[in-house]
Amino acid sequence: MAEADDGPALELSGLERRYGERVALGGVSVRLERGRTLAVFGANGAGKTTLLRVLAALLRPHAGTARVLGAELPGDAWRIRGHIGYLGHDPLLYRELSGRENLAYQARLHGVPMERVGEALAAVGLERRANEPVRALSRGMVQRLAAARATLHDPALLLLDEPRATLDPAAAERLEPLIGRPSGRARVLVTHDLEGGLAEADVAVGLRAGRQLFALPARELDAARARELYA
Amino acid sequence: MIRTAGAILRKDLTIELRTKESVPAMTLFTVTVYVLFHFGLDRDSLDGELASGVLWVTLLLASVIGVSRLFAAEREQGGIDALLLAPVDRTALFVAKAAALFLYLLVLELVAVPAFGLLLLGPDLLAALPELLAILLLADVGLAAVGALVSALAAETRARELIVPLLLLPLLVPLLIGAASATAPLLRAGAAPEDLGRHLVLLGGYDLVFLLIALAVFDFLLED
Repeated sequence: MAEADDGPALELSGLERRYGERVALGGVSVRLERGRTLAVFGANGAGKTTLLRVLAALLRPHAGTARVLGAELPGDAWRIRGHIGYLGHDPLLYRELSGRENLAYQARLHGVPMERVGEALAAVGLERRANEPVRALSRGMVQRLAAARATLHDPALLLLDEPRATLDPAAAERLEPLIGRPSGRARVLVTHDLEGGLAEADVAVGLRAGRQLFALPARELDAARARELYA
Repeated sequence: MIRTAGAILRKDLTIELRTKESVPAMTLFTVTVYVLFHFGLDRDSLDGELASGVLWVTLLLASVIGVSRLFAAEREQGGIDALLLAPVDRTALFVAKAAALFLYLLVLELVAVPAFGLLLLGPDLLAALPELLAILLLADVGLAAVGALVSALAAETRARELIVPLLLLPLLVPLLIGAASATAPLLRAGAAPEDLGRHLVLLGGYDLVFLLIALAVFDFLLED
């Protein structure tokens, strides 16, 4: 199983992905050890979300190599299913189901004991609103529920696309043990918060129009250089 | 796989019970079309081939509504991504969707067939009911298999409202021929079934072929 592999969490080399003629990712190369955090910076349309979707095996790479949790993509994608927690722009929750029903559904898909549902709801502070349909919850609450969904199965790798964008400071703090550095999981964090992202990253990647401008240890990157990506 | 399919089916039925997006629309459409035929043909009652054709064409057209909505929640709320991230057999999604459509069709027919009997049919419906039930069940299995396949195919396309009827209806022609031919003798005054066994075998063969095709190709439909 992928979990038993002691290699790096991520190992990308010349990774490419196109949408028709348009290059969404061109030549991304980076390595991330287990338990470490990779911050991905870039303006809108730089390819950050595409990168996350390729790493989640939701999109196929068109060139280069991608090894995720020891599994070569796309051929061995089946090995990492169930080991990835994906928290993107879309919460992947059904609006007509309650938070509890959504998590119970996910628990069935992942073969997770039902007790985990209550624990996950408690961890994100939504026990009291757990039986309300998701459409009745605020955006911040939906994001908390999505974080519970993404971590319900105790994934080894978290793929986070601006996970705190809709959260108030208290909610962001509450989610730290689940999706923050204290979770101990390998993380790929897409964020526009340069200072915050650099503070919690071990490795930083900068993308512009799909091209990788830099990939280096986060301590060697200052916010001013990262800011050039948005110029 | 069966457990995963059960979880997806349970989720789909819960959402349908709450939103009432598919079955009520299919039922309303069917009854409305029967009313339109009632006035449009300017006849108090139909029988034989004409009655059978009206019954089946209307049911098949109503199924387009259900097929179009079958993957709506997955498409609009990221359900397919969530499923692809989970360590499950993707065929479970096909089984669940086909089962959901099969159940929607059964509920539809519980209303539509009596409505057809009241609004359009001349001969007594009750006399034909046992044989008609067998035809309906076999036709529903085929319709569910083809419908789930077409719905998955159309789910990721932009013109899905156009693609569903354009793909689905031609694929349903053999099913329509078999079901209408089997039903027509049942809807004649005092008539007995003719060649019912042959028609049921044809419908069963259609079901088997499309179930096997769907099981073979469904995984690839979900691929990027």
